[in-house]
Amino acid sequence: MNMIQAINSAMDVMMARDPDVIVMGEDVGYFGGVFRATAGLQQKYGKQRVFDTPISELGIIGVAVGMGAYGLRPVPEIQFADYIYPALDQLVSEAARLRYRSAGEFTAPMTVRSPFGGGIFGGQTHSQSPEGIFTHVSGVKTVIPSTPYDAKGLLIAAIEDNDPTIFFEPKRIYNGPFDGYWDRPAQNWSKHPAGEVPTGYYKVELGKAKVVRPGEALTILAYGTMVHVATATVAEAGIDAEIIDLRTLVPLDIDTIEASVKKTGRCMIVHEATRTSGFGAELSAIVQERCFYHLEAPIERVTGFDTPYPHSLEWAYFPGPVRIGEALKKLMKD
Amino acid sequence: MASDPERGTSARANLQPLSLYVPEPKFRPGDAVDFSEVHVPPAGETRRPDIADKASTFTDLAYQLVRVLDEDGQAVGPWNPRLAPDTLRNILRSMALVRAFDERMFRAQRQGKTSFYMKCTGEEAVAVPAAYALDYDDMCFPSYRQQGLLIARGWSMVDMMNQIYSNTADRLQGKQLPIMYSVKEAGFFSISGNLTTQYPQAVGWAMASAAKGDTRIAATWCGEGSTAEGDFHSACTFASVYRAPVILNVVNNQWAISSFSGFAGAESTTFAARAVGYGIAGLRVDGNDALAVYAATAWAAERARTNQGPTLIEHFTYRAEGHSTSDDPGQYRSEGEPNAWPLGDPIKRLKDHLIAIGEWDEERHAAQDKELADEVKRAQKEAEQNGILGHGLHQPLDTLFDGVFEDMPWHLREQQAQMVAEETASGRPWARK
Ligand SMILES: Cc1ncc(C[n+]2csc(CCOP(=O)(O)OP(=O)(O)O)c2C)c(N)n1
Repeated sequence: MNMIQAINSAMDVMMARDPDVIVMGEDVGYFGGVFRATAGLQQKYGKQRVFDTPISELGIIGVAVGMGAYGLRPVPEIQFADYIYPALDQLVSEAARLRYRSAGEFTAPMTVRSPFGGGIFGGQTHSQSPEGIFTHVSGVKTVIPSTPYDAKGLLIAAIEDNDPTIFFEPKRIYNGPFDGYWDRPAQNWSKHPAGEVPTGYYKVELGKAKVVRPGEALTILAYGTMVHVATATVAEAGIDAEIIDLRTLVPLDIDTIEASVKKTGRCMIVHEATRTSGFGAELSAIVQERCFYHLEAPIERVTGFDTPYPHSLEWAYFPGPVRIGEALKKLMKD
Repeated sequence: MASDPERGTSARANLQPLSLYVPEPKFRPGDAVDFSEVHVPPAGETRRPDIADKASTFTDLAYQLVRVLDEDGQAVGPWNPRLAPDTLRNILRSMALVRAFDERMFRAQRQGKTSFYMKCTGEEAVAVPAAYALDYDDMCFPSYRQQGLLIARGWSMVDMMNQIYSNTADRLQGKQLPIMYSVKEAGFFSISGNLTTQYPQAVGWAMASAAKGDTRIAATWCGEGSTAEGDFHSACTFASVYRAPVILNVVNNQWAISSFSGFAGAESTTFAARAVGYGIAGLRVDGNDALAVYAATAWAAERARTNQGPTLIEHFTYRAEGHSTSDDPGQYRSEGEPNAWPLGDPIKRLKDHLIAIGEWDEERHAAQDKELADEVKRAQKEAEQNGILGHGLHQPLDTLFDGVFEDMPWHLREQQAQMVAEETASGRPWARK
């Protein structure tokens, strides 16, 4: 399966298991979503459980809060992560705090799916990576898969989870892994071990990172598309890096990170989102707090630049192998 | 579930279960289309209130349809703007030019010359006549489907294409998605990819104009699907409260990507009727009737200019082609819809009118179509000399950092220097043409 099919399969499995799971969002019903992630679900589960919504992100999330309060498990889709901002108030002030402010009387067990990230010539409004905004909010979980296998297992775990979860899908790798060289032929998940996805139920636990490549020379912390770009760069550079796919940013798997950095003594953080106040800043602070006496070089951050996402300059913006390679050299210098 | 000791939960047992209503369009792929339920009143029937009348006295207009061009191509009724033949011919020419431009650019996208394009086929009468009815220095806050405003205002097609190609001459330096133009000189506000954000901005511009004692007004456009966004409702509230000199256009082209207008509330009321709750003047017009759109816009503009406040105009029309180059309408709607649409083709209707009044003929029209196609082709050639997106990067790398702030702070200067150094060191610098 590719990642879209895996995501579709996760919703399918969960809808079959639990009549309280419902799917809604712009164009998700009959049409099956602009990326086809919900294809076939309405035909299978009916319009009461899979339906289109008005173009109102605020409405979609606010309604999901109410549905969650009733006892359903809504899986709303925000068509592009760039359009999650109109829904921020309902997510940040409402969904994220409902459990806390009602002392558990009400909860908002929703899983907000949204394609994010660049690399598809989507310009400023189809390319952003807003995960840092949500990791900054107490009360929402943030999940980002990097493979079809994880996407399905994590999405199932998120739907079962009783807290509101933001599930960001790296759209650049919906159809296949990506090495960061935009002009190389596209790859396909069918030849990748993580493209083998069971059709039935399984879970990938939230809050557990994955060591993608064990190594001794340095630790690379990445998630989503950047896991693949980092892996390709490391292979090309021939460096024995340990690459960790964080998979969930909140809750964060601090043990895996700490053990790895203490072992390697060097740490690089890679994300596509803009640098300032990005999630990399948090990771860097955590590593500094917990591993300072083990560090042999300053922590390196490789990120998107602090500009809006540009259309034609997209590949200059994208933290590709060139930028990661330069940072590798710097980190390994002394 | 908590139970009331007196009534108990079992007291509900004999109630009918609730059911959730989810709208469904009339026709899906494979269905035969029958639009006979769409009520199209005769042209000339809808009354035209005086601009000084209170909005509350003509709420009926929010539920009717202003139409001027009748079945025989004649302009009839109180809304007939009585335009001079030259103006009519100019409007027709602009509308045909928009269509030719769309055709050409759509094909350019298919040829890999750019990443994205959006047509307004079948909706040419929404933007073009409005541009003629407004003053050139009124500010337009369009969505992505009002390229007709720029064309009608005589803006350079080469300049528009440069933007579409993100080439060296792109005034937006390759920073925006194709068709997201920004032309302040032509009263065309920078387009956002985030739906309906332009609505409150237009109201704000209009409020500013009023506060400064200016004479210019603002106009904005959004799709019917977009009226579901909160920005739309905030805009209406502000426009109403401050009687902002603004025209709020809703382009009801029946579809929002794959979602039919019912998902924006069309089964319950009209979009023009959104105005009623806010105490704004609401008009519903035949959006495929260039004269009706012209007349409604001119009327609303006069209201705005004489401090009578905002007008919300619903343009009842149909999106004849896909949503964008990323869309295949065959997946969600019947193929027969565009041709069965009861309001016809806006260009043909205006052409027929000009012929009916003896001011045009088929030969001249065919010749004009050819001339316009050539004109667009020439513009395309010229624009492509500045490069096409398919050939890589055209902007100097360091311009990536221009325009984030007026003055570049240290962290951006640092990132800029880092990027240039890395690209140089990489041996595969971006400056390939
Ligand atoms: C805030 C926001 N949400 C979602 C989208 C994705 N999107 C782009 S166009 C579109 C449909 C808009 O339909 P409508 O308002 O009817 O305008 P039309 O395209 O028909 O002219 C959607 C959902 C977006 N651009 N912005």
